[in-house]
Amino acid sequence: MRVLVAMSGGVDSSVAALLLAQAGHDVVGATMKLWAGPSTSGCCSIADVEDARAVADRLGLVHHVFNFSSAFEAAVVEPYVAEHAAGRTPNPCVACNRHLKFDRFVQRAERLGFDAVATGHHARVVAPVGPGDHWRLTRGADQAKDQSYVLHMLGQAELSRLLLPVGELTKHEVRAQAAAAGLRTAAKPDSQDVCFLGGPGGRAGFLGTRIALHPGTVVDRTGSTLGRVDAVELVTVGQRRGLGNPGGLLPPGQRRYAVDVDVAGAVVTLGGPDELLAAGVHVDDAGWVVSPPAAGERVGVQCSAHGAPLPGRWEPTGPTARRGRVVWDRPARRVAAGQSVVLYRRDEVLGGGTATGLAVTAA
Amino acid sequence: MVRTDSDRYHPAPRRLQHRSPSGPLRYPRGVRAYLDHAASAPLREQATQAMLPWLTGLFGNPSGSHQVAREARRAVEGAREAVAAALGGRPGEVVFTGGGTEADFLAVHGVLRHHRTEGRDPGPVVTTAIEHPAVLRAAESAGVAVRKVPVGRDGVVDLDAFASALDPTVSVVSVMLVNNEVGTIQPLEEVASVTRRLAPSAVLHTDAVQAMPWLDVVQAAAAADLVSVSAHKFGGPQGVGALLVRGATPLAAVVEGGGQERERRGGTHNVAGLAGMAAAALAQDARRHAEVAGVRSRRDRLVAGILDAVDGAFTTVPAGTATAAGFAHFCISGVESEALLVLLDDAGVCASAGSACASGALHASHVLIAMGVPEEDALGSLRLTLGPTTTDEDVEVVLDALPAAVAKLRAS
Repeated sequence: MRVLVAMSGGVDSSVAALLLAQAGHDVVGATMKLWAGPSTSGCCSIADVEDARAVADRLGLVHHVFNFSSAFEAAVVEPYVAEHAAGRTPNPCVACNRHLKFDRFVQRAERLGFDAVATGHHARVVAPVGPGDHWRLTRGADQAKDQSYVLHMLGQAELSRLLLPVGELTKHEVRAQAAAAGLRTAAKPDSQDVCFLGGPGGRAGFLGTRIALHPGTVVDRTGSTLGRVDAVELVTVGQRRGLGNPGGLLPPGQRRYAVDVDVAGAVVTLGGPDELLAAGVHVDDAGWVVSPPAAGERVGVQCSAHGAPLPGRWEPTGPTARRGRVVWDRPARRVAAGQSVVLYRRDEVLGGGTATGLAVTAA
Repeated sequence: MVRTDSDRYHPAPRRLQHRSPSGPLRYPRGVRAYLDHAASAPLREQATQAMLPWLTGLFGNPSGSHQVAREARRAVEGAREAVAAALGGRPGEVVFTGGGTEADFLAVHGVLRHHRTEGRDPGPVVTTAIEHPAVLRAAESAGVAVRKVPVGRDGVVDLDAFASALDPTVSVVSVMLVNNEVGTIQPLEEVASVTRRLAPSAVLHTDAVQAMPWLDVVQAAAAADLVSVSAHKFGGPQGVGALLVRGATPLAAVVEGGGQERERRGGTHNVAGLAGMAAAALAQDARRHAEVAGVRSRRDRLVAGILDAVDGAFTTVPAGTATAAGFAHFCISGVESEALLVLLDDAGVCASAGSACASGALHASHVLIAMGVPEEDALGSLRLTLGPTTTDEDVEVVLDALPAAVAKLRAS
């Protein structure tokens, strides 16, 4: 097969290319330049392109650079900023996968005549086992490094031409393979953060260059002022730290969390851990790998990239399968608006959508 | 055989093929036509021969006082005479640098730094919107105001706008002789006369890096105080360049070190590289007339062939505009140049979109934007640059591969 491997310059995609080349595929590497801002520790700095190119060269592969930075700005960075300005907590890596890696990149690969694309994600694509069966997406072999959460938007069209060669390996095995092949990325540290937030100041520093951040008042349920925060746009429901240090006003040992964030009114409301609990989460813009779960089906639900899945039931709330809610088996912490909610059947990704921020109240 | 770390990090070079029996020119296997001479041109045989002694035994620091040093110095000073002749200056006016970018940087920063060492605040830099990043970035980092003069749709500096950007406070004017993306020739004589009239104390610099292979720089850059060239664009080695500093033009070093180059550029000379640059300059000076004529006719055939065979392709520079002989620049509507370059590379054709950053990523060219080319057209840009080694067969290869690649991209 002719395979185009998306090579970020990290060890996982290096080994993806290595495994495909070893398997005898006709492999070409390509690095997407995504973030056009000042180079940070992110996935698109020149040093990373050089690493990807050196690995490709080591493997005897042709390597190209695709500049998708204006599409990245429009489809990932600007919505990220707008969501934060509206008080939501988006996941830009999900948006990048949806709009860049599995849209622009796949399109480019098709145009160039490739049969498949590959990435270095830790997840597994399972082929149909017979007529009438479908392509499926499951967690990677290394549960601690599993990235199926950020791939939940993949449908049949994408999965049928996607290879995830490192999904069968643990991270340790990936590094060992890279070292055995003499790849310069073998000991390269994992990327830690969103590529465009790696600069000094992190998320707050970045957002501060894009939108006006407003100070907010921190209050308790009775409306008494407890303190202030510098930027109400940066407070997420469930957050405990950095809330204007109201500890002195609270009884010792009592933990307080942001239970409500009103960006327009510049008010953050604190409450105890019990006030953070919800019976479930409302989901919008849902998409499904094969088909939506049945109404009432028991699912595992993951609401952050590395969070543990919680058991619950799926209940569609509209005529289409794009909206619904998950009702937890037992009340669980509220999910911030904008977060991806991904549904699993054991290790299989069923699909997912976006948390609306509206808590499901106990029935 | 024992594998060592060195094997792992320095893999054996890929096999190279001899391209033609007539010369030592070699390409990686699979290359059928090299049309990226503006990026780097092959080393001329004369340059190779001039460098060889310095790569195979001869050595020495030209600044020393013994026989080994003297031999190296003879080579450097011989090179200086040859480069001075090629640029129309005196040997003492040539400052050797580590390439074109450094020469441009020295020109802009060196003049401003001279003002500062004399206790004066330097005035603005006036340049054009289509300069090479070597000049633009140098100007932007110099701590003075930068005025970028617009160009017309023809890629030629707007002389009225240029005149209105000038005033007696201007310290540096930098206008390139030939644009590195689209190949347009800039009216340097007019630029010079306007500069002398309206900004009489300004130093006039020209980046002649892309002009050197195609124009008689002695004539074309005669009006400039500072002239930058880069050896690998005209058949010399990479990493070597020169700045001609005419007469008493004020210029302070930006790399000081041991005071070499009459205290205008510190650092031990690259003796082999300078010998190679000088030999390339001599060789191309002797052949330029014939080479330019040959390249021009192939270029014209290439342009006519592409316009004929590729729907939606147009020359970025309007017909009738003066361009250097080696340049052909197109916009192909409905095609992304990144994808096109991949397919051309698959077909063995080495081309460029005209602008790429150090990572190799393409971006909408500041030159095309300055020319007013719509962004959707600019994203389909294709630069094909020829050189003296370009053959009729190379042109045929492109005329075969390009329409097929465009058709493939449009089909999907």
